[in-house]
This record gives sequence, structure tokens and C-alpha cells, in this order.
Amino acid sequence: MIEVHNLTYRIADAPILTDISLRVPLGGIVALIGPNGAGKSTLLSLMARLLPLQQGRITVDELTVGQSDDRELARRLAILPQTMHATSRLTVRDLVSFGRYPYHRGRPTKEDRSLVEEGLGLFELSAMADRSLDTLSGGQRQRAFVAMTYVQDTNYVLLDEPLNNLDLAASRSLMVRLRELADAKGRTIIIVLHDINVATAYADRVLVMKDGRLCGDGAPRDVVTPELIKDVFETDATLRVVDGRPVVLA
Amino acid sequence: MYPRRLVLLSVLLLLCALGYLFTDVKGSLEFALMFRGKKLAALLLISASQAVAAVMFQTISGNRILTPSIMGFDALYVLILTTAVVFLGAPTYQRLDSGLLMLANATLMCGAAILLFGLLLRRGRDDLMRMLLTGVVLAVMLRSVTGLMQRVIDPNEYAVVQAASFARFARAETDLLGVSAALCLVALAFAWRMRHRLDVLALGPVVSTSLGEPPLKGQRWALLLISVLVSVSTALVGPVAFFGLLVSALTYMVLPTYRHAVLLPGSALIAGVILVGGQWALERVFSFSTPLSVVVEFLGGLVFLLLLLKGLKR
Ligand SMILES: Nc1ncnc2c1ncn2[C@@H]1O[C@H](COP(=O)(O)OP(=O)(O)O)[C@@H](O)[C@H]1O
Ligand SMILES: [Mg+2]
Repeated sequence: MIEVHNLTYRIADAPILTDISLRVPLGGIVALIGPNGAGKSTLLSLMARLLPLQQGRITVDELTVGQSDDRELARRLAILPQTMHATSRLTVRDLVSFGRYPYHRGRPTKEDRSLVEEGLGLFELSAMADRSLDTLSGGQRQRAFVAMTYVQDTNYVLLDEPLNNLDLAASRSLMVRLRELADAKGRTIIIVLHDINVATAYADRVLVMKDGRLCGDGAPRDVVTPELIKDVFETDATLRVVDGRPVVLA
Repeated sequence: MYPRRLVLLSVLLLLCALGYLFTDVKGSLEFALMFRGKKLAALLLISASQAVAAVMFQTISGNRILTPSIMGFDALYVLILTTAVVFLGAPTYQRLDSGLLMLANATLMCGAAILLFGLLLRRGRDDLMRMLLTGVVLAVMLRSVTGLMQRVIDPNEYAVVQAASFARFARAETDLLGVSAALCLVALAFAWRMRHRLDVLALGPVVSTSLGEPPLKGQRWALLLISVLVSVSTALVGPVAFFGLLVSALTYMVLPTYRHAVLLPGSALIAGVILVGGQWALERVFSFSTPLSVVVEFLGGLVFLLLLLKGLKR
């Protein structure tokens, strides 16, 4: 369980996040949505310890962010980067192997290696395992990163708008894989999404943020309503129910 | 990875070292060997320090253009030294034990470097141009302050600091060799121990945090080692602006890997080949009067411009 207690964050006295509390139990996909500037990335970065905490507390299982050992946290919580300047020195296998670093600190065991091969296979990367990262398409590279967080074997995975540079096929394939991770492997995925339709299609739970506050939390069909579109996103796009699922018509 | 290339480089360095020691010995072989042996040791220390400092700095700052020297690390060293001479006065300064002085200088340097460059790295990592500009301006500023101080002090004091202000491979300060070697070897050993961490830090702040290697901690530690290495090398031969860059650029070409287990020793070997080989060629084979530093700085400067132009185009 990830627990956020009374989290407040300011930049130069401007409140970015105000008194946010939430609990994310193990398992499932939690989507974080809200208009630009709502504070989604800030919240995720604080959970990921990419930003220093100011006020409030975040715990990951029994570990406390900002106090517990970095190495232990790295075995519980992984962060999937949006992009990385791909270096030609790194092959797909090299990258995926880094997922085991929190366990072996540079001296991989046989078990680490076999887990890496399993990850490569699972994400259909075996055929391109020895290719360098910068020869891959955006979707393939993203898959390599997901494979890396898979072999990192953490309960929680955080992603900030991972679909930004992906086309429709790559986006769908990524979401389907995340779904598999949640269903088959019991992982917990917290993902910032800007497309509400992707959130309703793949998430178990949707958190809505606006102006640094949480203002909605629940199953997609309960949260995504005409009022949400109007009050939170401040636009009058139409909402239809298609196959029992709310769909925003842009 | 690339064991053959590393072996080849080692052999090359060995040949250069033998050539440097044994070519053209006039008079007593024993005396020549002792004299040249000390010089050789100094050159090797400088090579390893400059190379490892440059590669580590490029890894933690996430680019291939900046080196500690370009960012003004050695300018900081000379400034600290000049300040010490100005405040203590040349006679007091010269009476102090030179080894102790070097230790003190290296310690001050570590503190100042972490403050200054730690801040710079935190603010500017994603913006290469901004970091480059700040670094270059910082280096110029440090040098100007040093220059100003050197101008207002009296000639005796000036003579003391002047030796530290120019690169001189041929006349390395061999009387500091003992302390330098000790400091340098300790720093190099720690750098070697850090090799896997450096591999992770090179992946950028998000991935390295995710893998349990917070960039700030790693950067601070690396800056500490870099400061020691640069202090030692600057104390021995004076500041060299572009040598580190020349070495790191060659290293990435010869050893295209991300593994610091290969990059660190590889870069030290390449630096050794350039310095020892270059010094041998210039002193003994061509009997040039051109100091090696001029040649190395010219080539390194050229590499800097090329990398800069390439970086700007991208
Ligand atoms: N470095 C910064 N300096 C000043 N304001 C910032 C900084 N980073 C983010 N903000 C502000 O914080 C708010 C939340 O940003 P962010 O978390 O990125 O929102 P989101 O990801 O929901 O679009 C925005 O209003 C943004 O302008
Ligand atoms: Mg954002």
C-alpha cells in the first residue's frame, strides 16, 4: 500500500499541491487525470522521490519516502521515465539488465541474468536484445523501459504520461501490457494520463486533480461524468456511453 | 568488454614508458633512470587523474563536452593557492611543508567545488548550453580574480604563484610526488569502486533514482573525488584546459561502451599514451622546444570546437 498523508508542496510560496491524502492498495491500475498544471507530475515526482518532500508523509508499504534506504525503496517502487536521451552505447539487454541493479549493485548473479532473459522474452524484445537503443522506434524503446521496470520486480510502478510520443498502436500495446502486469503479476501501476478515454478504458480507479487538490476518486464510470468535463476540465465536450463505458468526444 | 583493446593500450603505454626512460641516455644510466623515473611517475599520475576526473565529470553532468578544467576546477585551485600566498605572505607560505600545503589546498578545493559545481549541476543538468556558459564564465571569473590578485602582490610572491599558473609537463614538481601519489591513488581507488554506480548515474536522474542511486548523493561523492584528482594534477603540472576533453573524446571513440569498469582504466591508459608518448617524442625524438602542453591544448581545443559545433547542430 502506498499512503500519502497531508501532502503540501509549494514553489516560491505558490501552492502547487494542497493537503493531499490518498491510499493506493496493492494491485490494479490507478489513473491520475486533470487539466494541465493541476499538479499531477508534482504529486508523482514526490512519490517517486524525484522532488524533496516539504510537508506531509509518503509511505510505500512499511518504508517511508525520504527516510528509508534508497536501495530498499528501489525494490518496491520503480519509475518509468517519459523519455531518456538514448545513448548508442546501451543495447536493449543492457537497459533491461539495469532493472536488477537494486538487487546486485553491479554484480549480477545467474538468477539475475535469467530474469532479464525472461523479461526480454515476455516483452517480445529477445530478437532485438543486442540492438542499441537509439536504433529502436519510440514504441519499442518504451517497451524496453517497461521490461526494465518489470525485471526490477517492484510492487509499484509510476508512469508520467508515457503515451506522449507514441502512436495509436504503440499506446494501445503499452496499456495492454500494463494491464497484464497488473492482472497477471499483481503489480500496482499509478499512471498520469491526459487522455480521459485511455483512463476509462484501462484503469481500475481514476483520481482527478485540479489546482493542486484531489477532487475526484473512484471507478472510471462513476468519476467520468458530464460534470467532470465541465467543472474540472472546463470545456463542453460531449460525453457518450459506448459499450457501457463513458467516452469523451473531443 | 574490449579486453583486447585494453591490453593493446597497456602495451602501447609500456612501450612509450620504456622509450621515455631509455632513449638517448647520456652519462650515468642510473642517474638518468632515477631522474626520468620520477618524471614518468608524475606524468602517469597526471594522466590518470585528468582522464578519470574528466570521464566522471561527464558522466555526472550528462554530457560529453564539459570537463572539470573547462568548468574552472583548476582555476579554482590556482585561486585558492594565490589567496593563500596573499594572506600568508610568500615567506610564510614557502616555509610551510609543501606536502601539507597540498593536502590543505585539496581539502579546501573539495569544499569549494562541491558548493559551486554541485549547485551548477543541480540547476543546469537539462540545459547543456546554460551549463556550458555558466561554467565558462565561472572559469573566466576565477581566472580574472586570480590574475588581479597576482598583479597586486609583490614580485616575490608572484614568483611563488606563477609556477602554479602554467602547464609544464616537462618540469613536473617531482618533490610533491609522494603526497600526490598517495592522494591520487586513494581517489582513483574510490573512483574504481564507484564504477557500477557511475554506470547507473549515466542513465539520468529519473532512472538512477528509480534504481536506488539518487543523483545528488552520487554527484557529491564524484565531485569530491574529481576535486582531489584535479588538485593533485594541477599541483604537479599546473592547469591544463583541454587535455581531459581530448582524452575523454578519444576514449569514447576507442571504447564505445557504457561500462565505467572499461572507461575509467581505458581513459587513464589513453591519457598516459598521449602524455608519456608525446613527451618522449617531443623531448627525445624531435628534440622540439615546443612544450607538449601547447600541442595537447591545441588538439584538445580543436576537439572542443568540433564537439561544440556538432552539439549545436543537433
Ligand atoms: N519549477 C517550477 N517553477 C514554478 N512553477 C512550477 C514549476 N514546476 C511546476 N510548476 C507549477 O506547478 C503546477 C503543477 O505542475 P505539474 O505538476 O507539472 O502539473 P501537471 O503535471 O498536472 O500538468 C503548475 O501550475 C506549474 O506551473
Ligand atoms: Mg505533467
